[in-house]
Amino acid sequence: MKDIVRGWRHIPQRYNLIGSKCNHCGAVYFPVRVICPECRRKGKLEEIKLSGKGKIHTYSVIHTPTGDFKLISPYVVAIIELEEGTKITSQIVDSDGDNIKIGDEVELVFRKIREEGEDGVISYGYKFKLKK
Amino acid sequence: MAGIVGYGVYIPYYRIKVEEIAKVWGDDPRAISRGLVVQEKSVPSPDEDTATISVEAARNSLKRAKINPQKIGAIYVGSESHPYAVKPTATIVADAVAATPELTAADLEFACKAGTAGIQVCMGLVDSDAIEYGLAIGADTAQGAPSDALEYTASAGGAAYIIGKGNTLADFEGTYSFTTDTPDFYRREGKPYPRHGGRFTGEPAYFKHVLSAAKGLFGKMGTDASDYDHVVFHQPNGKFYIRAARKLGFKEDQYKTGLLTPYIGNTYSGATPLGLAAVLDIAQAGERIMAVSYGSGAGSDAFSITVNDEIEQKRDLAPKVQELVDNKCYVDYAVYAKFKGKLRMAGLTQH
Repeated sequence: MKDIVRGWRHIPQRYNLIGSKCNHCGAVYFPVRVICPECRRKGKLEEIKLSGKGKIHTYSVIHTPTGDFKLISPYVVAIIELEEGTKITSQIVDSDGDNIKIGDEVELVFRKIREEGEDGVISYGYKFKLKK
Repeated sequence: MAGIVGYGVYIPYYRIKVEEIAKVWGDDPRAISRGLVVQEKSVPSPDEDTATISVEAARNSLKRAKINPQKIGAIYVGSESHPYAVKPTATIVADAVAATPELTAADLEFACKAGTAGIQVCMGLVDSDAIEYGLAIGADTAQGAPSDALEYTASAGGAAYIIGKGNTLADFEGTYSFTTDTPDFYRREGKPYPRHGGRFTGEPAYFKHVLSAAKGLFGKMGTDASDYDHVVFHQPNGKFYIRAARKLGFKEDQYKTGLLTPYIGNTYSGATPLGLAAVLDIAQAGERIMAVSYGSGAGSDAFSITVNDEIEQKRDLAPKVQELVDNKCYVDYAVYAKFKGKLRMAGLTQH
């Protein structure tokens, strides 16, 4: 039940990349923050829907996965710099790492994240793919 | 009458060739390809299912519709491979396209025609002014048992249609359905693979319903094959599609654009909606389209559609069917079996 509630609570950020923007310094954060670490009490954070467009800041190809990830091995995990300025860690889908380089443009996709066993809840959310 | 305000499609990246499947089961790939008119089929990644395909198609349809998703009053997802037996795919789509919470939503199931059934429901709600826009999706990650003839065609993909009255790119002129109780293909609750009646799926099932729906629509509209620039049918394989088209008097120029099964397989609930999208990708303003779906069990929905000037402004706003057909990567049977959860793996979740 704990996993169900935790997953449900994260739906806005996982489905639609809802982050935070400080109305004082303009900094954008993902995931959502309550307080801007730069402005503290001077700043007020507002919700922002991130565009889902960005570039690969750095990446790693995973060849020795654990658990369920064996089904998709080898797979790519990247730190992506979104066009709003914040960075996000995500899998790059439909790639085994051969066609990827730092600086490549990527865009948001909607994929399954994990299943809680054969009869548990299915979690969905953001991943990224190379922009064509 | 209601029309199509936007449409969007999604086809997974991976493909497997008929030769690769035939090699495993000792079949003659040329005989299979020639008999079914299928060369290869799409394969979903392990992290793709009907919900993810529906969301991708829905987001692409919104790019063309250019409407506020909060104005969507109904979402229907038609599929025979919903990820949950109880828990709607439509609510996942609704949240993922930011259409919640003021809307109605439900999952539909009618074998391969649940997507067009959703379009009809949305047409009714829009025409009665109960909602401003409705979102109807046909999507599947189809299952075919290993070595079954279905394994050569059962694939994955989907298409989404936003139905409304304002700023349409194509308008419905009429719809006609033909439905009977015909157990040609079915899957019992809890079973992983469907069963089918072999040759029984042909004349008394697919052809009876598709041809009757098409002829019913001709009668209702006062049209015949020569009045349409394009036609698309449900396509469990290429052979049935072409035979149905020819029996109704259509020529190759009219039916070729919507025939996708040779290149991506049978996307079940996605098949007719995807074929219609391929036609909309190239259709000119003023052209007339007939679309006829088929769902085992059995029934057909036929639509008469006219394309209008708005198509030119919206066509290039989202990926076209041919772009997704061409964007592909081949896998062998072993990887296909892993992706489709056909392998027993110790301690792992089987998808």
